[in-house]
Amino acid sequence: MTLFGKKIPLVFSLALWFGLWEIVGRAGYSSIIPPFSKVIETAFVIAQTDKFSAAAAISLRSFAAGMALSIAVGLPLGFLMARVASARRILGMWVNIFVSAPISALVPLLMAVVGIGEATVVVTVFLFAVFVIVLDTQVGVQHADRSLVEMARSFGASRRQIYTKVLILSALPEILAGLRLGAIRGVKGVVIGQLLVSIMGVGELFELYSKHFLMEEFWALVTIVFLFAFAISEALAMLERRVEYYASSR
Amino acid sequence: MQNDIAVEVRNIRKTYGGNVEALRDVSLAFPRGKLCTLLGPSGCGKTTLLKIIAGLIPANGGEVLVDGRKVNGPGPERAFVFQDFALMPWATVLRNVAFGLELRGMPPAERNDIARRHIAEVGLAGFEASYPNQLSGGMRQRVGLARALAVNADIILMDEPFSAIDEQTRRKFQEELLDLLKRLRKTVIFVTHSIEEAAYLSDQITLLSPRPGRVARTVEPGIDRSRGPDEIRRDRHYLDTVDEIWQMLKQYVD
Repeated sequence: MTLFGKKIPLVFSLALWFGLWEIVGRAGYSSIIPPFSKVIETAFVIAQTDKFSAAAAISLRSFAAGMALSIAVGLPLGFLMARVASARRILGMWVNIFVSAPISALVPLLMAVVGIGEATVVVTVFLFAVFVIVLDTQVGVQHADRSLVEMARSFGASRRQIYTKVLILSALPEILAGLRLGAIRGVKGVVIGQLLVSIMGVGELFELYSKHFLMEEFWALVTIVFLFAFAISEALAMLERRVEYYASSR
Repeated sequence: MQNDIAVEVRNIRKTYGGNVEALRDVSLAFPRGKLCTLLGPSGCGKTTLLKIIAGLIPANGGEVLVDGRKVNGPGPERAFVFQDFALMPWATVLRNVAFGLELRGMPPAERNDIARRHIAEVGLAGFEASYPNQLSGGMRQRVGLARALAVNADIILMDEPFSAIDEQTRRKFQEELLDLLKRLRKTVIFVTHSIEEAAYLSDQITLLSPRPGRVARTVEPGIDRSRGPDEIRRDRHYLDTVDEIWQMLKQYVD
């Protein structure tokens, strides 16, 4: 970031916002906004409670299961849609509808089907994450260098080898981008699933804090969830950048 | 067995999308150990014919015979060199060159040895660990050539291999290719739109007419290749061939 011709580290922008938050908080305009320093302090406190670690464990488990499911379904579906024209015609429209659909609105409906419990949250995470993974995989495989596929065929590659040795690697940058976006949506999915349906895990904590107007705790939890999503996204982004390095010559 | 036929195509027909006729009734023979060129303006179906010979695209009619046997797909006796190099950007030069052998399931130590030998042969020793995007266009095509040589195919199919390379590099590459082929005794089928390139390299030049592609004429330049490259470029046969082909092709240029 450059300001008045001077280079300013990106962290500065964050610091500025936190400073502003702190001032507004201390001024005491609204009990909804406690000072940022208090929020951080509280975050350290609740992070050490048993209640939090139990909630985090449940949420993490649902998140991991939902993500695993959406990867296991999303990648093959993306490949199928990229390689088989009829699959693309049949499924393409639905995937495009669902990728932009307000899935939160569907979550209460899920209750009726899946019941109230962890399974509903897992399905919510799945629905949030899977479609963007499908789309990105499809785009990656479709844009995979056709001449590389032709090259592999000319050297006698089997169908399997074309997938494992050319297509997957060629589509890796897009696949990773899809996984990153999917993971971010998945975090939203956990929270929304746990808030709307089965009051459990982190969702239960959110519910508890907002009902009792514990704003410091509430914002502390928001910050922790945000940091979690940010960490996952950054880890995948780092992988992406390493892959971009070799993909840049495409 | 010196003058027999390595590849023969008989009555090849190819139509795209039901109405675009790319090739009509093409019959040709490619003698063993020679460099034969398919030459013609764009749209004459020369690359299509080469890819049909490679088994990469199916013909709508006719047959391809390699060593007298009918073929229906790619085979280990044919190797392809691509116009756009078709190198895997995520793989080193060594792995790219060894890729054909990797697909055949050869153990790494063995295939890397073979690959190293061919990398040296095309003049890229020392670049084994480089990635394609670190190489110039000319060097990338050397990798493509080394990959084709590594699988030890008798027949090498080259699709405008030098068209994406700058002029100076191209000349040098052409000379080295002739040199290499003199030693390796491969049969090469070469697609180009450059008359000079065809006349300089070829033992046999087939002119294709455009839309639909048909064999217009076959020319044998008969250039004495025992002399140096500069003499060849001044050779009367060479200049006559260039002129003769140009007179033929002129009518197709609009």
